[in-house]
Amino acid sequence: MLDKNGIAQRIAREIRDGYYVNLGIGIPTLVANYIPEGINVVLQSENGLLGMGPFPFEGDEDADLINAGKQTITTLPGSSIFDSALSFGMIRSQKIDLTILGAMEVSENGDIANWKIPGKMVKGMGGAMDLVASAKNIIVAMQHVNKAGESKLLPKCTLPLTGVKCIKKIVTELAVLDVLPEGGFKLIERAPGVSVDFIRQATLGKLFADDDVPEMVF
Amino acid sequence: MINKVVSGAEEAIKDIKDGDTLMLGGFGLCGIPENCITALVKKGVKELTCISNNAGVDDFGIGLMLQQRQVKKMISSYVGENAEFERQLLSGELEVELIPQGTLATRCMAAGYGMPAIFTPAGVGTEVAEGKEVRNFNGKDYLMEYAFDAEFAIVKAWKGDTAGNLIYRSTSRNFNPVMAMAGKVTIAEVEELVEAGELDPDQVHTPGVFVHRIFQGANYEKRIEQRTVRTRG
Repeated sequence: MLDKNGIAQRIAREIRDGYYVNLGIGIPTLVANYIPEGINVVLQSENGLLGMGPFPFEGDEDADLINAGKQTITTLPGSSIFDSALSFGMIRSQKIDLTILGAMEVSENGDIANWKIPGKMVKGMGGAMDLVASAKNIIVAMQHVNKAGESKLLPKCTLPLTGVKCIKKIVTELAVLDVLPEGGFKLIERAPGVSVDFIRQATLGKLFADDDVPEMVF
Repeated sequence: MINKVVSGAEEAIKDIKDGDTLMLGGFGLCGIPENCITALVKKGVKELTCISNNAGVDDFGIGLMLQQRQVKKMISSYVGENAEFERQLLSGELEVELIPQGTLATRCMAAGYGMPAIFTPAGVGTEVAEGKEVRNFNGKDYLMEYAFDAEFAIVKAWKGDTAGNLIYRSTSRNFNPVMAMAGKVTIAEVEELVEAGELDPDQVHTPGVFVHRIFQGANYEKRIEQRTVRTRG
């Protein structure tokens, strides 16, 4: 079973040289720590920055330079800055190669719910609806089950949707799964030491698994 | 030379009245028009509809206007960092319309570009789509979203000149340029106001034609919401 960093590390292996990548808040942010040597990627922050660098050294924080999580950050050689409309223009026109974001639920047809729980204070969708509606390649990073022990991989989402039929890959603490075009989750890899049966029990949606699903390799 | 300079925030906002719709630039607390917000709190105008990506925090930004119960409705994409906001929302004192961030930015852009509406895939198949026209282009569904209609846009820039030209600094640019273009009356506060001719025309982000009033602000706090650093190793 993986911890959050393990999930991030596994997702980082999906990143290819030359990718422009948007990382959501939470586990996705950790992916930046595991981008392999020799792979050049440009991180987009939807508040208006391409080429997001690491946190500044103490004392170098600049209130005018933040990421979409409102954290102080830095630029890198080759960075560019632009306004919010242009930022979502490059998202909508699919210039961003990969979007990684968290989710509360994903359904077996690729719907995602990650912004609202009825009866609880709703903070808003931020840029998530724009990202999932337009991205050509989205990976969801999330826990396989919620705090109550209920599966987050469902036949149908129960929470208000963020986007429909848009998720193609999910990485959890238990597994890597693809969402099949015809519906259903296809088990691609198991986390070290986790059995197919264990993953099956944690997956409420339809799960397709071969007899010999490989373990993840890092 | 047309001169857009006013004496300060109080003069700039003098004709904003109860019930007006305002756009306010900024992302989180980054690039917000601090001086104009202070002046609006002092003036005490009420029943405002505020279009802004966020709603500030309890004691800064639009949060200061919420504390004085000046806001009737917020139109935002994310409002997570404000306890007073939550209290007013749950008690029904405050109305909120949450819309996708790209839709928010592009509805501003449409207003500034003189286009009545846009089509975006954001929100298709979700509750955001309820009651909206859906059009299919090239096999994909899009929602029709209208350009915003705001009496005033209030933006913050780094430098400006007496002709109203604006240059923003770093990611404090965010919503400011598109809102500057979208207001019927646009008010710009800047950290440094210079004479026309001192800004390189090639470097201007917002041409002065969009700006009706400009002044040099004072005492910028520029509060940091999430101070994240690494240690020198």
